[in-house]
Amino acid sequence: MAITTDPVAINHWIACGWPGKVPVGGYWDTVLLGQNIRVSRPQPDIYEAAILTAGALGRRLPVQSRFCCIFTTLGQDPRPLPQIDEFDEPDRRLINCGSVGVNTSPYRMIENFLDMAHFPFVHTNILGAEKKTEVVSHKIEHRKDVDEIWATDCRFFQPAASKAATGGQMTDYTYRVMSPFSIMLYKNVHNDPGRNDAICMFVQPKGEAQCLAYMPMALVDDVNTTAAIIDFQQTIFLQDRVILENQRPALMPLAPAAEIPTKADVGSVTFRRWLKQMGISFGIYEKAAA
Amino acid sequence: MALKLYDYSLSGSCYKVRLLLAFLKLDYAREQVDFYPGRAHKSLDFLELNPLGQIPVLEDGDLRLRDAQAILCYLADKYDKSGQWLPRDPDLFGTVMMWLMFAGGEIMAASAARLHDSLGYDLDIAAARQKAHAAFRILDDHLTLRAIESTRWIAGDHPTIADVACFPYVALSGDGGIGHEDYPALRNWMRAFRRLPRFHAMSGIPEFV
Repeated sequence: MAITTDPVAINHWIACGWPGKVPVGGYWDTVLLGQNIRVSRPQPDIYEAAILTAGALGRRLPVQSRFCCIFTTLGQDPRPLPQIDEFDEPDRRLINCGSVGVNTSPYRMIENFLDMAHFPFVHTNILGAEKKTEVVSHKIEHRKDVDEIWATDCRFFQPAASKAATGGQMTDYTYRVMSPFSIMLYKNVHNDPGRNDAICMFVQPKGEAQCLAYMPMALVDDVNTTAAIIDFQQTIFLQDRVILENQRPALMPLAPAAEIPTKADVGSVTFRRWLKQMGISFGIYEKAAA
Repeated sequence: MALKLYDYSLSGSCYKVRLLLAFLKLDYAREQVDFYPGRAHKSLDFLELNPLGQIPVLEDGDLRLRDAQAILCYLADKYDKSGQWLPRDPDLFGTVMMWLMFAGGEIMAASAARLHDSLGYDLDIAAARQKAHAAFRILDDHLTLRAIESTRWIAGDHPTIADVACFPYVALSGDGGIGHEDYPALRNWMRAFRRLPRFHAMSGIPEFV
């Protein structure tokens, strides 16, 4: 795999590991946008990263450890990591689900995360029910001040909205696309309507259609075990994974007529338009369009 | 009766046990094991339950069992009074055992490929896929012969624990980059299996196979 020449894609902080993957005093070799890198951990709280060329270490890369993940960038002028205040609230449970490999374009994964219409069919009797499939009208906007996409006023009927839920409920959602490789949602906490669970997905694109997904969460839940919460989240994600890996083409098409959206796909339309405007070409089906 | 399953939703081996528990209409308690990322199955606490550090583990009162295939045999022997799932006829019994061993042996190459692709296990993925394809070829040939003999099941004329043991990692193989295109008899068999009463899918099993 060769490193991408796309200047838009490289100027992001991208997740490249989680603490359990990199032993103290050891390292983990991985790939970022086609570039081999080594993530090492000389001390428990200190991570380093460097370009790896034919087994030899090259240029040092900057590293940040945030949101239960390790981030680095290949670019000289990356957009900053987003601010997610929930990860700093003292009573939150921060849960790291490791990483899961998905063979598709990073944007297919972001788009799926942003989509509610598939809940009843893919996450049947968990995040949706086949008798209540309506995606009610919601607001989606490109917030130019922060250059993020936000979907607000989202509501969906969910038989089992979270590990903490005890029955069907209308769940309120807010989605936030923070970069082409990161997205999160806020959904109302089961027994505390004033607060939201924060669930993120950071995508590490190894190649144009080979990714790792990291799903750190900052939850309000003092009932369930960590094992049960992770099990719930992974059950959902592996239901998505089989669908994602069967989408064709694997690369994301941005031409307006490539796929026919419906009203429920307004989030996808806005996301694809945003990708097109930023001129990203890595992982995009129509190279000429970018 | 107090059945307790040490379980992980994404495990195909645990799924074998969950399927049979459902087919036999047995209630059970679940103890979720943080297999990934927590590797709780390798923790000292879990190694006391199973020194092999593997899931599933089943407890039935004071009895504790490991190994999905052994658990299937036990549950069928104790709780299926009809004898359908574990036939006692010697020829059928032997055939069921043979395919159970195959499910716990050769087919597990498909599990390895899935662990590599999904959870990042470091192993020889090309070898795993090649071994899985070789195993699928053997089962597909067997099921083709069975179809010529006018049955759709691995042994006898009804589903047995051999089918329960073989189904999960065949059906989940797409998660490890192993397609079903070359195995028409496997696809027919999986469709028939999916139509069994009280069948339930797990994450990664395609809706239409």
